[in-house]
Amino acid sequence: MSWADLNLMPALPEIFLLSAVSVILVLDLFLSDKQRGITYLLSLLSLIGCAVITLTTSQPFPELTFSGMFVDDPMADLAKVGMYVAMGATLVYSRQYIADRGFYRGEFFTLSLFMLLGMMVMVSAHHFLTLYIGLELMSLALYALVALRRDSTQATEAAMKYFVLGALASGMLLYGMSMVYGATGSLDIGKIAAALTNGSANMSLAMFGLVFIVAGLAFKLGAVPFHMWVPDVYQGAPTAVTLLIGGAPKLAAFVFVVRILSQGLEPLVSQWQGMLVILAVLSMAIGNITAIAQTNLKRMLAYSTISHMGFLVLGILAGTPAGLSASLFYAVVYVLMSLAGFGVLLLLSRAGVDCETLDDLKGLNRKNSWYAFLMLVVMFSMAGIPPMVGFNAKLAVLKSVVDIGLIWLAVVGVVFSLIGAFYYLRVVKVMYFDEATDAEPVSQVGMDMRVLLSVNAIALLVLGIVPDGLYSVCVEAMKQSLQVL
Amino acid sequence: MVENLLSLAIWTPIVAGLLVLATGGDKNAGLARWVALLGSLAGFVVSIPLFTGFQSLNGGMQFVEKAPWIASLNIHYYLGVDGISMLFVVLNSFTTVMVVLAGWQVIQQRVAQYMAAFLIMSGLINGAFAALDAILFYVFFEAMLIPMYLIIGVWGGPRRVYASIKFFLYTLLGSLLMLVAFIYLYQKAGQSFEILKFHALAIPLSVQITLFVAFFLSFAVKVPMWPVHTWLPDAHVEAPTGGSMVLAAITLKIGAYGFLRFALPILPDASRELAPLMVGLSLVAVVYIGLVALVQTDMKKLVAYSSISHMGFVTLGMFLFTGNQLNQWAVEGALVQMVSHGFVSAAMFMCIGVMYDRLHTRNIADYGGVANKMPIFAAFMMLFAMANSGLPATSGFVGEFMVIMGAVQVNFWVAAAAATTLIFGAAYTLWMYKRVIFGDVGNSHVAEMEDVNKREFLVLAILAVAVLGMGLLPDLFVSKMHLSVNDLIAHVAHSKLQ
Repeated sequence: MSWADLNLMPALPEIFLLSAVSVILVLDLFLSDKQRGITYLLSLLSLIGCAVITLTTSQPFPELTFSGMFVDDPMADLAKVGMYVAMGATLVYSRQYIADRGFYRGEFFTLSLFMLLGMMVMVSAHHFLTLYIGLELMSLALYALVALRRDSTQATEAAMKYFVLGALASGMLLYGMSMVYGATGSLDIGKIAAALTNGSANMSLAMFGLVFIVAGLAFKLGAVPFHMWVPDVYQGAPTAVTLLIGGAPKLAAFVFVVRILSQGLEPLVSQWQGMLVILAVLSMAIGNITAIAQTNLKRMLAYSTISHMGFLVLGILAGTPAGLSASLFYAVVYVLMSLAGFGVLLLLSRAGVDCETLDDLKGLNRKNSWYAFLMLVVMFSMAGIPPMVGFNAKLAVLKSVVDIGLIWLAVVGVVFSLIGAFYYLRVVKVMYFDEATDAEPVSQVGMDMRVLLSVNAIALLVLGIVPDGLYSVCVEAMKQSLQVL
Repeated sequence: MVENLLSLAIWTPIVAGLLVLATGGDKNAGLARWVALLGSLAGFVVSIPLFTGFQSLNGGMQFVEKAPWIASLNIHYYLGVDGISMLFVVLNSFTTVMVVLAGWQVIQQRVAQYMAAFLIMSGLINGAFAALDAILFYVFFEAMLIPMYLIIGVWGGPRRVYASIKFFLYTLLGSLLMLVAFIYLYQKAGQSFEILKFHALAIPLSVQITLFVAFFLSFAVKVPMWPVHTWLPDAHVEAPTGGSMVLAAITLKIGAYGFLRFALPILPDASRELAPLMVGLSLVAVVYIGLVALVQTDMKKLVAYSSISHMGFVTLGMFLFTGNQLNQWAVEGALVQMVSHGFVSAAMFMCIGVMYDRLHTRNIADYGGVANKMPIFAAFMMLFAMANSGLPATSGFVGEFMVIMGAVQVNFWVAAAAATTLIFGAAYTLWMYKRVIFGDVGNSHVAEMEDVNKREFLVLAILAVAVLGMGLLPDLFVSKMHLSVNDLIAHVAHSKLQ
């Protein structure tokens, strides 16, 4: 294949972002601390540039390039746009926080953008190796970000844990992939699926590989019993970085799972369905029950993430296009909720004092009823109470499980979301029913953050009342992307 | 005739609530009160044509509105009322005006939030009564928990946190299982959430019973039926006066309405099979909870238990079968009892609120001889106490009488047990009345009590007119629901087993 045949269009957003990050990386060296705003603005501009490119080059059908290693399909485009939004919001929410804590430096921005690049490669991969490269690029950037506060023992500990366990998970994933390669003779997602369907593959070896792959994926999603890193990392990392981990990567991880399980290993659906049922039930159970015992909000949200991942897996294990669309919708909604939730925590953090525990939210309604209302919307949305969009997401996922006849699983899901409702309610209780312990006013942050956070949280309410637009986009994207290439 | 009346009835209070919130902090409390009053009046005014324009000679749903909502899941914004639900939409809009008036001076902190919570809740409740799409119903049904949770938790009494969380989780428990039931029925009905299509489904008995259990958990908690009633006394005691009024007058009715709209028509065979259980639980509520009410020392708790006992009458009336046939007297009696209880319980809680505002205690023992200081008030409360114990010529009598009439036709002993309420009801209500109102002035605090002001007089007078009006002219309401009840009975008599 010559250069002339190489179609770079599908990878244009990635190429643009890589160039932009490189420029920012070099430029930042020449900026003084006072001029850091330029790096910030350039980072946001490159996100906008990526969004423009992705939206203008988006097509309603999949297109392969790089000898079939890379694919541009509606699911990838949707996930990418979601990630730009998540990343942009994260940068805006974090600015004041990181400035107060002395890491308002170029590294934060370039590492974040490299992480985004890794996720973009992940969601567009059509080959196990591309998937792995994207995953590692994302993970390495994240490990460094968690450790960005070198002087904080908590952050360093979290980074070490994250790194060691993450490396272990990557190892498992690779090991599983190598077995699948042995069984099918290919790492190309389309060819793996074909080999598994036409019977030319060694099925027992492929299934052995599947077990390792599912374990690795569960690590990356943070599903029980591979969830141990989640609470420690969420709590230990600076809140801005926690938001980076808890936002866009969940969307990337979801697409990652879809690419491997629902596209590559689709013929083994009856094998992995059972494994995912166990993951889902355990995640919903452990996540929701353990969250009740937490007084640290970041830790509580970490366990809540675990339970949300359990719900997300419900849609994937259904294996139907409806189930996968429901899960995609759930992932997008989850990212929005998580952004708004951590956004409020960042907003309430002052120089030197992180807003971390339940007590820090006491009497918020008295101090600032608007912020309290935003957090209320987020909490009820996470609890899945209508009219917030979290309800629509849960409904869609539960419906897909009932569709395939697993009614008991839907009942398990609702029972655990009832248990989960308790700790979300407790946050609302603390904000509305309790009196503040201090008289300190809520910190002043920039207008950009206040507006964006308000839009973000109100979107959860508005999307809950008119969810059809986003939902049909998810359905359409999934329909176009599921065909085997 | 205006189109979209139901939408107006739902959205007018919600928009008004948002306007009230926009008035801002307690600096503008006065403005917030007036906006809230105008909003609730507007909500009531737009609901009146539902009553006057309702064609009582036509069966089926009226004022129907239908538009796609979530097209991908085939969920519709589908509204409509029959003679049963229409009454509750009107009752709810009416109660909201009373609630706004009741909280006029009592609530001094975060006034705008308080008023807005009630207005928004009023709209959501109307939505739950008018929804003909199961998911739409569920959304309204659940969403109303949020304002109620805040009302109890923010403006409630000392144990408000415990009570509010208990209230929320109890009600959520049942409704989540109902959601799974809805999704199951959606599959059965050919990918549709329309309640009327659910009504036409043929379902095997074992499945019907499972679904009935899901509905039962959801609605029985809301009613509340014994033994899942324990959230109610806590919630009532801790809630502010307005909260108690709405809880008792309206939200309890949604549970009973749920049985009528979902359990009975969708699952007639399971309802028939399990009717003895329902009747048994209802009788326990009537008799046992009536006795529990007798020994209460807290007035609000007493009225709360009396609410449970009266709601026992409602569920009793709904599940009296002779063969396949529901008893018409009993069903209509249950409905009249629901509306009547809406007026009477709101009035009783209002009375207790009036006294509480003056003495800041709800203990019966802290009162005595109130009549000497508040004669007008005492006269009003006398009327409501009589209505609560089911005296003829008040609304309380009509419903209970009709249910007992129905019960006699079905089973004498059930009727006999139910009729004890006339004794217990009179006993606990009048005994409380006697201890609080009559006798010598109990203590120096009572001696300083002042009679009702104009605002309180207005609320009590309107409620008194309603209670007497319904007692003397029950046909005004019964004629509206007559055909819908007949349809329901005919529908339920038809087995859905195949």
